Amino acid sequence: MLEIKNLVVQIEDKRILNGLNLTVNKGEVAAIMGPNGSGKSTLSYVIAGKEDYEVLDGEILLDGQNLLEMEADQRAAAGVFLAFQYPLEIPGVGSMTFLKAAMNAQRKARGEDELTTPEFIKQVNAAAAQLEIPKDMLKRALNVGFSGGEKKRMEILQMALLQPSFCILDETDSGLDIDALRIVSEGVNALRSPDRAFLVITHYQRLLNHIVPDTVHVMHGGRIVRSGGKELALELEANGYADYRESEAA
Amino acid sequence: MADVTLMKTPAETALVQAFENARTMLPGNAESRAQAFEQFNARGLPHRRVEEFKYTDLRALLREVAPFAGVPTAEEAKAALGGSKAFANVAALQVPFVNGHFVREAVDFANLPEGIEIVPLREALASGHEWLAKLSPVPWASDNPVYQLNTSFMADGVMIRVAGSVETPVHLRFVTAAGSAVATATRVLVVVENDASVTLLESHESGDGANHQPNDVVEMIAGDRTNVQHVRLNAEGDKALALSTLAAKIGAEANFNSINVVAGSATSRHQVYAILNGENTNLRVNGATMLKGTQHSDSTLVVEHNALHCESRELFKTVIDNEATGVFQGKIIVPHHAQKTDGRMMSAALLLEEGGSMNNKPELEIFADDVQCAHGATCGQLDEDLLFYLMARGLPKKEAESLLVQAFLGESIEFVENEDAREALVATVEGWLKARS
Repeated sequence: MLEIKNLVVQIEDKRILNGLNLTVNKGEVAAIMGPNGSGKSTLSYVIAGKEDYEVLDGEILLDGQNLLEMEADQRAAAGVFLAFQYPLEIPGVGSMTFLKAAMNAQRKARGEDELTTPEFIKQVNAAAAQLEIPKDMLKRALNVGFSGGEKKRMEILQMALLQPSFCILDETDSGLDIDALRIVSEGVNALRSPDRAFLVITHYQRLLNHIVPDTVHVMHGGRIVRSGGKELALELEANGYADYRESEAA
Repeated sequence: MADVTLMKTPAETALVQAFENARTMLPGNAESRAQAFEQFNARGLPHRRVEEFKYTDLRALLREVAPFAGVPTAEEAKAALGGSKAFANVAALQVPFVNGHFVREAVDFANLPEGIEIVPLREALASGHEWLAKLSPVPWASDNPVYQLNTSFMADGVMIRVAGSVETPVHLRFVTAAGSAVATATRVLVVVENDASVTLLESHESGDGANHQPNDVVEMIAGDRTNVQHVRLNAEGDKALALSTLAAKIGAEANFNSINVVAGSATSRHQVYAILNGENTNLRVNGATMLKGTQHSDSTLVVEHNALHCESRELFKTVIDNEATGVFQGKIIVPHHAQKTDGRMMSAALLLEEGGSMNNKPELEIFADDVQCAHGATCGQLDEDLLFYLMARGLPKKEAESLLVQAFLGESIEFVENEDAREALVATVEGWLKARS
């Protein structure tokens, strides 16, 4: 599904990713863990197509298509979805207006007809109910005045409506209390399917109790330094990232 | 100081000639016209060394004076109004003007909505109607050269009296007929009696390609406890030089909202002169301006708080594409007796490309010591992070930009209370954005 080969990325002359290799298969939930500054968020932005980064080498293939040659909107239409660590507030843009514009833009890119309003509302209501999103939240401007938990739920709502094939969750657990973490995780788990892959970026093992990964990768110094099964997350939780820092020093 | 007004420009000479030709034909008191023209002529067209016109140099912008338009025939008027689209979705009492002349056949005088009286200005001027004494409610507007030109040349208009609560909006529909360039000067007076309320729509339309030169003045006297909602749309053709003034005198405990939306003209300048004459009044003056190409648009505003406990809010939003130029000059005046004034003025500009420019000049003139006044001005580009967020959800770049521009202008437009009028303005913004992409 997703193949990253020897990815080298810098921003303002500072190298962030240093020959990163990663493969995520269809239906797989891959977790990426790593200390602050290891390049986790950069990786998510580069996959989604943020412009600030300079890709010096390597490639990112999604089902064989080279994502690096596409604009962010084309990547979204190809199936990439990034749930932001800090979802942005957009005053003046209603949540429903935004959802409809996004869904129709992707349908258009795939050559499908626009959604009718009743069909759109039906889909939103169904997905919102599952994520325990109250209707009045959808009447407000996108993310404006939302709590941290509400913003994250809104991200998962978008994911549920857009039905992407490759989902990146960038520290989705940050700023969530226990109940919100449960709701968000259930929302993500409901979307797990044999045709969809996830890349779950997190600092803490906590999230992975709720969204149980198939594989765990440790990122450090801009590359994947170790890969394993879900038990690797527990080991990291117990020992911290000190081992990797020392290995770098040595 | 050196005398810098010795040489008249060809346009100034043409205005003198035009006034000489027209003065005997124009209705009403020739003396007051002559006086206004003399005041104008003594200084000539304002230029960049005149502070109020520093960013809109009319001497440079007005090169050639178009001939003043005559009265259209009934067929011409009908054809022109047939092509008019502004606020077409709003059920309103139509008060149409073609080439600056009131089309009285289009108004059913016998069945006006209750509380509305309309007097054609041309006849009123000729007969010396008693309401004429109410013209020029904001005395210091008479010192403005654009206003002076309107007073000199005003050929037609209407005077409207509103009593009670009028549900049906009144739509002042100004249309310039297709054809060669013309100049127009209209004057509208709206007197809103105590406790009355009215929604007043105003639209200005003309075809592309002709250098039309409208100079329109709308004056309002809003009494105590009145509610006035004024929505103005400039949808002039792409070569028009449109000058306009709103002069409003507002009483106590009133609610007065005015917005000017600019979606047309090569050059435009809208002047708002408002005086708050009674306590506990709320004034809101907004602007939403969309500019592209080499368009130039000026919003000039002077609000005088002349009573205790009044609140004014001014919010001007300008979107500038290509090499267009925006101007905002706003001044809030608070004399020593207007304690407890609360005034906030904001101008925000969004520059979509590198070549555009915005001139912001907010001013506060405060003599009272117990007031809250603030002003702010910003110029910026679209937020790259917001664009990325929208694109990451699948919106192509132009569409993402459009959504953000709509949101930006929407903050100003959302104060329009009449839902149909607000929708029409939103559609105007959408149309502008569609033409861009």
